[in-house]
Amino acid sequence: MQEECLLTMRQIDKKFPGVHALNNVDFTLRKGEIHALMGENGAGKSTLIKVLTGVYPMDGGEIKLEGQRVLIHSPQDAQNAGISTVYQEITLCPNLTVAENMFIGRSGVVIRRKEYEKRADEILSRLGIPARSTQLLGKCSLAIQQMVAIARAVDMKCKVLILDEPTSSLDDKEVQMLFSLMRDLKSQGVGIIFVTHFLEQVYEVSDRITVLRNGELVGEYLTEELPQVQLVSRMIGKELEELSNLGETEEKQDEEKEVFYEAKNLSSSDALPFDFTIRKGEVNGFTGLLGSGRSESVRAIFGADKVTGGTVTIKDKRVKITRPVEAMRNGIGYLAEDRKRDGIIAELSVRENIILALQVMNGVFKPISRSESEAFADEYIKVLNIKTASRETPVGSLSGGNQQKVILARWLLTHPDYLILDEPTRGIDVGTKLEIQKLVLKLAEEGMSITFISSEVEEMLRTCSRLIVMRDRHIVGELTGNDLNQTQVMKTIAGGEA
Amino acid sequence: MENKRKKFLSGGLGQLTIPLIAIAILVIFNLIRDPGFFGIGISHNNDGNAVLSGNIITIINGASELAILAMGMTIVTAACGGQDISVGAAAAIAGSVFVKVLKSGSSISVGTVLLAFAFSCVVAMIFGAFNGSLVAIFRIQPMIATLILYTCGRSIAYWINGGATPTVDSSIIKAIGGFIPGIPVPTPVFIVLLMAILFKLLFRFTSLELFTQSVGINGAAARLNGINPTLIKLVSFIILGVCVSVSGCIGVSRLGLINHETLLLDIEMDAILAVAIGGNNLGGGKFRISGSIIGAYVIQMLTITLYAMKVPSTDVKAYKAIVIILLVVIGSPVVKARFSKLMARISENWKKATVKGAEE
Repeated sequence: MQEECLLTMRQIDKKFPGVHALNNVDFTLRKGEIHALMGENGAGKSTLIKVLTGVYPMDGGEIKLEGQRVLIHSPQDAQNAGISTVYQEITLCPNLTVAENMFIGRSGVVIRRKEYEKRADEILSRLGIPARSTQLLGKCSLAIQQMVAIARAVDMKCKVLILDEPTSSLDDKEVQMLFSLMRDLKSQGVGIIFVTHFLEQVYEVSDRITVLRNGELVGEYLTEELPQVQLVSRMIGKELEELSNLGETEEKQDEEKEVFYEAKNLSSSDALPFDFTIRKGEVNGFTGLLGSGRSESVRAIFGADKVTGGTVTIKDKRVKITRPVEAMRNGIGYLAEDRKRDGIIAELSVRENIILALQVMNGVFKPISRSESEAFADEYIKVLNIKTASRETPVGSLSGGNQQKVILARWLLTHPDYLILDEPTRGIDVGTKLEIQKLVLKLAEEGMSITFISSEVEEMLRTCSRLIVMRDRHIVGELTGNDLNQTQVMKTIAGGEA
Repeated sequence: MENKRKKFLSGGLGQLTIPLIAIAILVIFNLIRDPGFFGIGISHNNDGNAVLSGNIITIINGASELAILAMGMTIVTAACGGQDISVGAAAAIAGSVFVKVLKSGSSISVGTVLLAFAFSCVVAMIFGAFNGSLVAIFRIQPMIATLILYTCGRSIAYWINGGATPTVDSSIIKAIGGFIPGIPVPTPVFIVLLMAILFKLLFRFTSLELFTQSVGINGAAARLNGINPTLIKLVSFIILGVCVSVSGCIGVSRLGLINHETLLLDIEMDAILAVAIGGNNLGGGKFRISGSIIGAYVIQMLTITLYAMKVPSTDVKAYKAIVIILLVVIGSPVVKARFSKLMARISENWKKATVKGAEE
């Protein structure tokens, strides 16, 4: 089985200050294949893609396209060579039409409007993309926009198409549309590099998998020959038993523990009144579809939105929490859903980010000394295994999973009694996900109360002993014990009877 | 050892590189042009005191008000991502209050001077809080919010002075604006030093620096970590108010009179420029006060150099603009990125060459 090699990357090497991002990595893409590039955050996937597309210069190695050695110094070079990338965030112009977006900024294409609209329609219909060339791009769904970006790449006679997390903002139906387009292109001989965090999708659509770990090549596998569990263990480099053991924590009798926090009729500008209780050492979770009000509820608990009513008791004492700082003084920590917008202070160092919440609790007149803060940072970098060049590295330059760990460290440093984690594992790699889940269970064992929110029900079933189900901004059910299974959760979310 | 050197070059100096290079270039330029430029002599002033004189003294002395305003402007810039353009007008108000209180008593003693300064300081802080609340509470763009006081500030000063330009004749005021008898260094220089130390202490004994930077970089995240961004922004304007009052009082003391039309006229733009030359991001976030102070001296040194070259005072601003364009472009992220790329390539080639040399 000697398929035609489309793209070969040999011994690619790339160093960043303090990090060896790619260490002699080989990658081969054949004609007409969908090749999944897998690895944890920080494994080197993005760096490899960026080297290939000319965003970063490589420190060593060579790239061959159809047997010819190519030098790629800029994204424009890559495009001219026939390598196109569609990024996770759509980089087209929403205020232009579909056709304009497909032809904008293309050198040498000076054609009349009617002509390119016709050509755009041809391509769209050939690829089976349900869009008209005269539509405004911004009026199309995200999936269609994604596909238009692909259509643009296809029309530029691309040989290699890179899809970087293309499915992360699509729903199931849209994902299927995208997959059929990918299969179509594959049959036309395009080589597709598919970067994603979703394992199921890899198995659904890809032919081959290349796994990277810590900047090194782990191996290249045929998808059908590599079971999912194997893939995960290759990605995180851990033994399989460890993975499967995580789920089997012994059932705890939460009913006997004392109540830590209790809210009655709590409401905020964004959350309808609800009741909520958490016991000492309990891990519970809010679940529901996006927009069901799960984040809004925990934000109300933390005082992140304007609290409009309700009574709150902590350890049997009435308290008033209307601002984050009051929640913090009452022993509550909150890791926000949107890490970039509400979590990290990107330009400040890892150290400064870690001490921030504790410093706020200490107050402005009791600064944490430099040496003390360095000790704190070093401690948590070690405990949480944060991968950073140094404690003074700006947190914005860390990978997503490590940024999340820094924020986690920030809250753990305040030694909260009750920690709210809103989507702590979103967009981070499998290995870190597991680390965070383990940490949650360990902290609960030590007596911390934790509320855990995740879009992945499976993850919540693994960590929570009680699930609060929300639909349309109301709590519609509470599941414990034997009811804690995927079917029951789905039924409750959907509103069906058991 | 090498590690330390690296740290010094990258983190330790970092944003100060450009302003320090600017000073170095100005020094070298003047050395070539006329070594006598740096001559420091001893002369006797009107009171018969022996004092230092020369261009260097003129530069360091003359930049005092600018340096002090630049310190405050840095904090406001960091917290709010915008600048206060009313500092000149506010300084005229602060100066007028200073003179008004001084003249209200029969004689001027150290006590009345301190009292007058306290009054002026409080008034400047109130105006700072006014600007600050427009920015922090009503979320008005800093430049628009402070445009109000910029427009009406000197009129308010006119009312306080009753339309006149009252003079103060006091040896204490002369000492503040000029020289303390027996000390050959101008007093404003010491005041700058004092303010710099106060800022240093402020950041040493409070966590205001961390909070201000957090608010400036990511206000939403800062709020969810319990910081009150509104308060931090307000405080930054109040701190700038103190700086405004100090520089207003220095300005008044230099001349021994308050002229609300000309006191620190157009200084706001220089203060903003000093912040920018100091390598601070005008969009807010991380900051270094020391950069802004050096920036202030760069501007003053440039002005004095041009005067020493006998450039007509009407043309000075045009020449100044040329140099400043160069400074700002060199300090821009685009040029910085290109430069560091170039340096990386050179050092790599150098490495290769030395390895080859060793092999041979």
